[in-house]
Amino acid sequence: MTAAGTLAELARVFAGVSLLGFGGINTVLPEIHREAVEAARWITDRQFADLYALSQAEPGPNSFIATLIGYQAAGVAGAVVSTMGICLPPAALAYLVARVWGRIRGSRWRAAIQAGLTPVVVGLITASALILIRAADHSAAAFAVTLGTVVLAYGTNVNPLWAFAVAGVLGLAGVF
Amino acid sequence: MSQDAPALVEIFWAFLLVGCTAFGGAMFWAQRMLVRRRRWLRPEEFADLLALCQFLPGPNIVNLATVLGEGYRGLPGAAAALAGLLLLPMLMVTAIAALYARFGALAPVHGVFSGVAASAAGLALALALHVARPVVRQRPATSVPVMAAAFVAVGLLRWPVAWTLLALAPLSIALVWRRTA
Repeated sequence: MTAAGTLAELARVFAGVSLLGFGGINTVLPEIHREAVEAARWITDRQFADLYALSQAEPGPNSFIATLIGYQAAGVAGAVVSTMGICLPPAALAYLVARVWGRIRGSRWRAAIQAGLTPVVVGLITASALILIRAADHSAAAFAVTLGTVVLAYGTNVNPLWAFAVAGVLGLAGVF
Repeated sequence: MSQDAPALVEIFWAFLLVGCTAFGGAMFWAQRMLVRRRRWLRPEEFADLLALCQFLPGPNIVNLATVLGEGYRGLPGAAAALAGLLLLPMLMVTAIAALYARFGALAPVHGVFSGVAASAAGLALALALHVARPVVRQRPATSVPVMAAAFVAVGLLRWPVAWTLLALAPLSIALVWRRTA
């Protein structure tokens, strides 16, 4: 594919998922995986898990996984196009809705839409976790690290970046 | 909103600081900056803004920057807030992406990533458990089948997210609507 063609594809993929991302980036991770790993093959399954981890450990909105994938696909231009793709359509929508928010805020249908979307979003976020576990865990040790992080992040108030640090040191020592 | 709307450069600067300090979710830092430090918003105004951003798709913090910037200075205000929020993290992340592309395959780096990726997958599962708990508690009869259907469709059958949302969201909204009638 030509360079311009790849940039157009990146814009289509990330702008497309951006308006489906109710409740955060994890809602649309399965779709990003389908497009970037399975269809376009910009990155491997393993790189997907790596880039997700990077996007969690770095500053800025979590949606910067789009920037990371964009760079792998098409360099700096790909990073910029993908970031704009995932951020600008929702920003445009927010801009429009903000003007009428006062009128719809208290309405019954607004509350019903929000409450109705929540269980769908939770199902999608759980699907994301499954896809990431499949991509990241290729050994018993890796699976143990995943489980340990779940316990730490769900059961305690410890900052989960500590789990990342310990897991990184174990990895450096060649445990996986 | 408060009495005197901040200038474009102040909006840009505030979100620049939010953008480059926002490790692990920007909303915490946005609240700290806008409510506790700059005092541009009262806590209840921030909560209302957050409700709007959570109602909309896309990164909450991007929506928040857009809405707040628009409220203060119209379209230029929204652009200043977004530019401030995205500029530095985009540069940093692009640099990180370049390092990953260059060194990601080296054995020690590969090892570190094997560990951190496994941990990040666990964090994603912990997030799923955190968001599932209140939903299951509040309305198990309607929410559990919808959650399970979304999980099976996208996680196991690998259907596109758009179709799954189009099929399940109206059904789920109708269930909530009927219950509140």
